[in-house]
Amino acid sequence: MSDSIKEITMPKWGLSMKEGKLLEWSVNEGDEISKGDEIADVETEKIASAVEAPASGKLRKIVTENDTVYPVGALLGVIADDSVSDDEVNAYVEKFLAEFVPPEDDDEEEVSASEFIDINGLNIRYVSKGEGDDTILLIHGFGGDLDNWLFNHDDLVARTGKKVIALDLPGHGQSSKSVGDGSQDFLADTVIAFMKAVGVDKAHLVGHSMGGAVALNIASKQADMVNSLSLICSAGLGKEINLEYLDGFIGSDSRKQIKPFLQQLFADVDLVTRQLINNMLQYKRLDGVTAALQQIKDGFIEGASQKKQFNDVLGSVSKASVIWGAKDQIIPASHKDNISGGNVEVLSVADAGHMVQMEAAKEVNEAIANTVA
Amino acid sequence: MARKITYQQAVNEALDQEMARDPSVIVMGEDVVGGQGSPGEMDAWGGVLGVTKGLYAKHGDRIMDTPITESGYIGAAVGAATCGMRPVAELMFIDFMGVCLDQIFNQAGKFKYMFGGKAETPVVIRAMYGAGFRAAAQHSQCLYSVFTHFPGIKVVLPSTPYDVKGLLIQSIRDNDPVMFLEHKMLYTLEGEVPEEPYTIPFGEANLVREGGDVTIVGFGRMVHLAAEVADKLAKEGISCDVIDPRTTSPLDEETILESIENTGRLVVVDESNPRCSMASDIAELAATKAFSSLKAAIQTVTAPHVPTPFAASLEDAYIPSVDHIEAAVRKALK
Repeated sequence: MSDSIKEITMPKWGLSMKEGKLLEWSVNEGDEISKGDEIADVETEKIASAVEAPASGKLRKIVTENDTVYPVGALLGVIADDSVSDDEVNAYVEKFLAEFVPPEDDDEEEVSASEFIDINGLNIRYVSKGEGDDTILLIHGFGGDLDNWLFNHDDLVARTGKKVIALDLPGHGQSSKSVGDGSQDFLADTVIAFMKAVGVDKAHLVGHSMGGAVALNIASKQADMVNSLSLICSAGLGKEINLEYLDGFIGSDSRKQIKPFLQQLFADVDLVTRQLINNMLQYKRLDGVTAALQQIKDGFIEGASQKKQFNDVLGSVSKASVIWGAKDQIIPASHKDNISGGNVEVLSVADAGHMVQMEAAKEVNEAIANTVA
Repeated sequence: MARKITYQQAVNEALDQEMARDPSVIVMGEDVVGGQGSPGEMDAWGGVLGVTKGLYAKHGDRIMDTPITESGYIGAAVGAATCGMRPVAELMFIDFMGVCLDQIFNQAGKFKYMFGGKAETPVVIRAMYGAGFRAAAQHSQCLYSVFTHFPGIKVVLPSTPYDVKGLLIQSIRDNDPVMFLEHKMLYTLEGEVPEEPYTIPFGEANLVREGGDVTIVGFGRMVHLAAEVADKLAKEGISCDVIDPRTTSPLDEETILESIENTGRLVVVDESNPRCSMASDIAELAATKAFSSLKAAIQTVTAPHVPTPFAASLEDAYIPSVDHIEAAVRKALK
């Protein structure tokens, strides 16, 4: 009987999420919904996003109040078809609420999942999920960190059954803030050394923005270490780049200054929450970060253009995909058309910007899963 | 990497990391090394509440116990600063400022101006403030409004472990005299603090809660009470901006005024006695620069114009409470 009742619960986005604020539902009790539909808006410490329907059917009951915080795993609503009576639905809900125990306050989880390794004198942080001989390596972009893969990391493990590793590049996240000469070669060499150090001789590289240029650089230096390339809103495929954004991001030191630049990263500016801005400022205010970012920027930008293009490299990789948010304000989506030859899938996502892996996670994860298959 | 430590540990870490980075940073004060009769061994007590514990073992002679003469050692710290050192002197309780005030406001605060920019006084004077400890009238005052009054002195009052580490590092690196005030009841408060050194600029308020109905400006420990009230009222559909200015001099006027322009209603919560307080200062700011936005009279919540009582029941009545704050917010909404 309870097979036909499906729970909608507060999802867990990323390691550290403990609770989310349910803002409002975009569907009503009685509506027919399909699996994957976005049905409710939720805001967390890190980001605002939408809950997806876990199954198709009729939304029978909403048990939440708007603008209220619920722990991860809490019941939000119930899906069931008409063969299930209202009484059965209500009994199910009552039982759930009576038995529900929110997950323990376990900071241990985030701490223990983060691992650190010394690479050429630098402390590099990474998170490894899943098992297997085949590995996917996620490389974030300029000013980002492995949390940029919040909506991708777990899903990719589930979809592909492979090991998925995300790392913080030097100068970023919780890795050492020294960046050598700041060059793209330094970054690529560090990632190559990292791969060897964690026992990954060959990997499917997934790179976002500048991380895409790093992935391309690795493919050009050590083709034997690259199984496939998935490039998301990537640098290295054309000359143009939003210099104003880069300089503005580096030079901003207050909420007011940085907010408009962070908003340029998304098609939906409401995703730039107060907490997201705070987290970014906290990172930027760490000793050495501004200098590191400036060095890296000087390492891959000349004047107002990207120094190096790797379009020909794509042709040499056995399988590749190029994914772009059509509303990308940082690197023009037109760069996806610059591909010459080879086995390259191109995907354009209409209502997404530069952070397409967050704004359209499902499509991006599907495309990556196809590339690494 | 961020992890949970206490406000007090965050102060210690800021001092430790700055002393490690810059040999001109020295720490001095009563019992900062020893205390409690300790002979100053490697595991010396480290301050009356243990805030500077462990620094002597790591930095040796760069941290020193001083005689019980505030005018003497605060004066020495000011002098050392003008001669190129970066002293962090501890005034054990802000209440003792009376005996060294000339060194702070007339000397340190005025050197840069009176020497035509040729002198700099990069001294930080840390002090405990605030009531709740049953420490009575001469050990419980706030007094930050007095220092805010003096041109030439920067005044910092952090309310969280993250803020206290970043602002103390900023204060030590700043080339002007800074009064760095720590609420004694916040020492055991835990919060996420990055391991690495970092700074927070002065004159930047922290928006602790966001909302469009009422602006609540709080100082020090009162920020937490204001947030509690805001969370309680949120359940009734009343949303508040809770602003923690973090530094009273320089003051982030822009954030406060922008918020009042949005809400039209202001409540200021200040643990000080009411006359010439930060409460009256913020009220003046709103009345002169946001008058046309105000939809209701400005509400201030402060201690009464009375020395801090010793009796526990009286001290509890003295300190602004969540009930007082809630009543003020409701009054502002009428």
